[in-house]
Amino acid sequence: MSLVNFTTREITCKIVYYGPGRSGKTTNLQYIYDQVPTDRRGRMVSLATQTDRTLFFDFLPLELGTISGFTTKFQLYTVPGQVYYNATRKLVLHGADGVVFVADSQVRQLDENLESLQNLQVNLLEQRIDVRTLPMVFQYNKQGLPRELVLPVEELDDAMNFRGVPSCGADALTGNGVFETLRSVSELVLRKLSEEPSA
Amino acid sequence: MTAELNPRLTFETCVVGPSNRLAVTACRTVSEHPGAAYNPLFIYSQTGLGKTHLLMAVGQMVRELSPAATVEYLTLDEFIEAYHAAVSGGTPSDFRDRFSRADVLLLDDVQFLSHSKEMQAELIRLASEFQEAERQLVLTCDRPPADIEDLDDRLLDQLDGGLVVDIGIPEYEMRLAILQRRAEESEAEFSPEVLAVIAEFEVQHVRALLGVFNRLQAFQSVNEQPLTLQQARAIVLGETPVAEPEAATLEEGKAAGEFDRFLSNLKVTVTQQVEGWKMEIQDAITEWSGRGYDTKSLEVLLEQDVPGATDAAVRTFEERIERLRSLEAEVAQFDPEAARHPIFKSPDRIAEAEQLVREEREKFIPPPGPSDAFSLESFAVGEATRMAIEAGRSVIAQPGTLYNPLLLVGPAGVGKTHLLHAIGRALDAETGGAVACLAAGTFVEDLVKAIEQDRLPAWRARYRHASAFLLDDVHEIGARSQTQEELFNLFNLFIGAGRQMVFTANVLPQEMEGLDDRLRSRLVEGLVAMITPPDVELRRTIVRSHLEARTGSAEADVVDYLAERATESVRSLLSVVQRVVTGAEALGRGLDVESARQLLERAHKPEPRASSAGRTSDGMSAPPGALKSREKIVWDWPNMAERVIEELS
Repeated sequence: MSLVNFTTREITCKIVYYGPGRSGKTTNLQYIYDQVPTDRRGRMVSLATQTDRTLFFDFLPLELGTISGFTTKFQLYTVPGQVYYNATRKLVLHGADGVVFVADSQVRQLDENLESLQNLQVNLLEQRIDVRTLPMVFQYNKQGLPRELVLPVEELDDAMNFRGVPSCGADALTGNGVFETLRSVSELVLRKLSEEPSA
Repeated sequence: MTAELNPRLTFETCVVGPSNRLAVTACRTVSEHPGAAYNPLFIYSQTGLGKTHLLMAVGQMVRELSPAATVEYLTLDEFIEAYHAAVSGGTPSDFRDRFSRADVLLLDDVQFLSHSKEMQAELIRLASEFQEAERQLVLTCDRPPADIEDLDDRLLDQLDGGLVVDIGIPEYEMRLAILQRRAEESEAEFSPEVLAVIAEFEVQHVRALLGVFNRLQAFQSVNEQPLTLQQARAIVLGETPVAEPEAATLEEGKAAGEFDRFLSNLKVTVTQQVEGWKMEIQDAITEWSGRGYDTKSLEVLLEQDVPGATDAAVRTFEERIERLRSLEAEVAQFDPEAARHPIFKSPDRIAEAEQLVREEREKFIPPPGPSDAFSLESFAVGEATRMAIEAGRSVIAQPGTLYNPLLLVGPAGVGKTHLLHAIGRALDAETGGAVACLAAGTFVEDLVKAIEQDRLPAWRARYRHASAFLLDDVHEIGARSQTQEELFNLFNLFIGAGRQMVFTANVLPQEMEGLDDRLRSRLVEGLVAMITPPDVELRRTIVRSHLEARTGSAEADVVDYLAERATESVRSLLSVVQRVVTGAEALGRGLDVESARQLLERAHKPEPRASSAGRTSDGMSAPPGALKSREKIVWDWPNMAERVIEELS
């Protein structure tokens, strides 16, 4: 997709929230949706099961107005975390400008995190995307849970973030770290743009 | 009196954004290269947008880079006051002297020049003086020069001839950055949302923004608790702040603030990352056009809507400038005038610049070098020459550092030229060539020719390029003032750069007629080594050496006979030796004392030679009336038999 169009003076970013099931991807989007003034946000599309599990994907369009002469739009997507929805994940991942990997900080969820991360890399490779060049940040969610249940950010970094990309702890239910994550991935996306401008 | 520069107002504390980027870049450029880039530099803007800050930053940076530089900062009022004080004290020249000594003059608020013809005239004079002397003049004003009422056209022209640049009203991102820096400086703790709210306030100048900031800071300190977003908004809008916000409002404020903060950060990122390429090009244009380079190829890039490979384009442009600079430096060695060709400021015309350098290189004639006919090994060592040759060896071992200049003094024919050229050859080998070694007569002729052909700069470059400068018979320069001037300049250049100079003369500097005192004193600054006429022992050595070289043997009685003959110079001694050897060969006889005596006593008395004042030492052809004789053109006359025959005929 065209990330920045200098002719029409438009910036459009597609950011995908990826991660294992129940890690808090939809909660991230829900929190953002709640904070954005109504005139700046589109309708959040969420297809969920009866038990509130994401069935297809969540989509939140953000109209950020004119920034330095560019009409700026962010499109935030989540993928369904469950293993059997891989086709949907590939579809959503297509054309992503940046990825937020939302990991579940709970100790018992570490394997699911690693499995999902591996799945992300496989899906990117299938789409001929070099994972090393795609802007990506880690969000270690649920850090608000009791300390004995979760791994600290440093340990999660050791386990998953071997490329040393930006990472932060978060508690999406209360909003802690949600905008920090979004800001971080936006900066990476825009920086990459300045290195490889597209028309 | 010059106002003190406020140490807080530096480039480091200046927040740069699109509205002031050009002015800041121009100021940085003039600070790094005072007088060389934009001169005068005229900055204008509404009040409170940072003109004085930039002016002081220029002063601070100039002082930092050149601690010896004299920087004068004052407002126009102070400038006028200084003038009036000087006039009323009856010493208007004090005023002029004071500013004539300044390397950088920073003049604030010159809008008050209106209707002050007297001060305008002073400023016109100063601006011309500063431009000519490549000293920097920076002025600030609240309006462009053309809007200053009743401004003298000449002053207007002078200002337009430099750079006129404005500072615009700061944008949101810049306002936010200014506030963040102010908060850091004053150690005030405001939430980012509060700062974002103040930054939204569209002020006409930075002072108004800081005024709002101060009000918030005062309110916060009085209430001893952090300002809420709502309170901040009320203060910014001039309303009475609400004392205690409701819990729900606080939550709402936090939420809105979180998104606002995200948006502010995003704005900064977009400006830096998406439009950063334009800033990069603009910076490069400002910098290089300020140094006089043609920046058309960069300006074309700015006209595009879509960024190209900006980094690569700027890098290529700068590489071309580097190339131009090296070409310019190269051509300056041949001809400084040619180095001023505008082609060396046009990065798009590298090929033409290279062609010009090739042409200049081909036109360049290196200065005369030392003759291969002389070597240190063939220079006879005796009491009369020992000091001179030791000094020569020291100079060869440590050129430019030990004895600089070295002056060899002695009567004609004692071997000064020999030693001079021998030193020149050795230095040539040491320094890889480019040693200038010539007679004073040639030096003068060359200069006269250069003046006639209007190629004086090229002539100067020819000698200034040399790695060492050796001049034979320096006393012959006499009262030629232009030659002395050029030699004086060469002295300063060579001694200053640690390059060796060697001279010969037949009299001591204090006895040289017509020589300027400044040259006289410089000639004795290094070492004066005397060479006296050869004593009997040295004459024996010389005779033996030459007989062995010519005949393969040297009979002791013949050596004694020839060496004991009275002679004032090595040259006449050698002439005698050559004469008897050649004569004996012509007669088909062996050389013994008897035959030598017969040959010498029968010999035709040679014609009187040219006086020492009219001779020269090198082998170049001499025009009629020039300071030449065949006497010393020994390496043009290698077959001594021919010379003897000629002298006998």
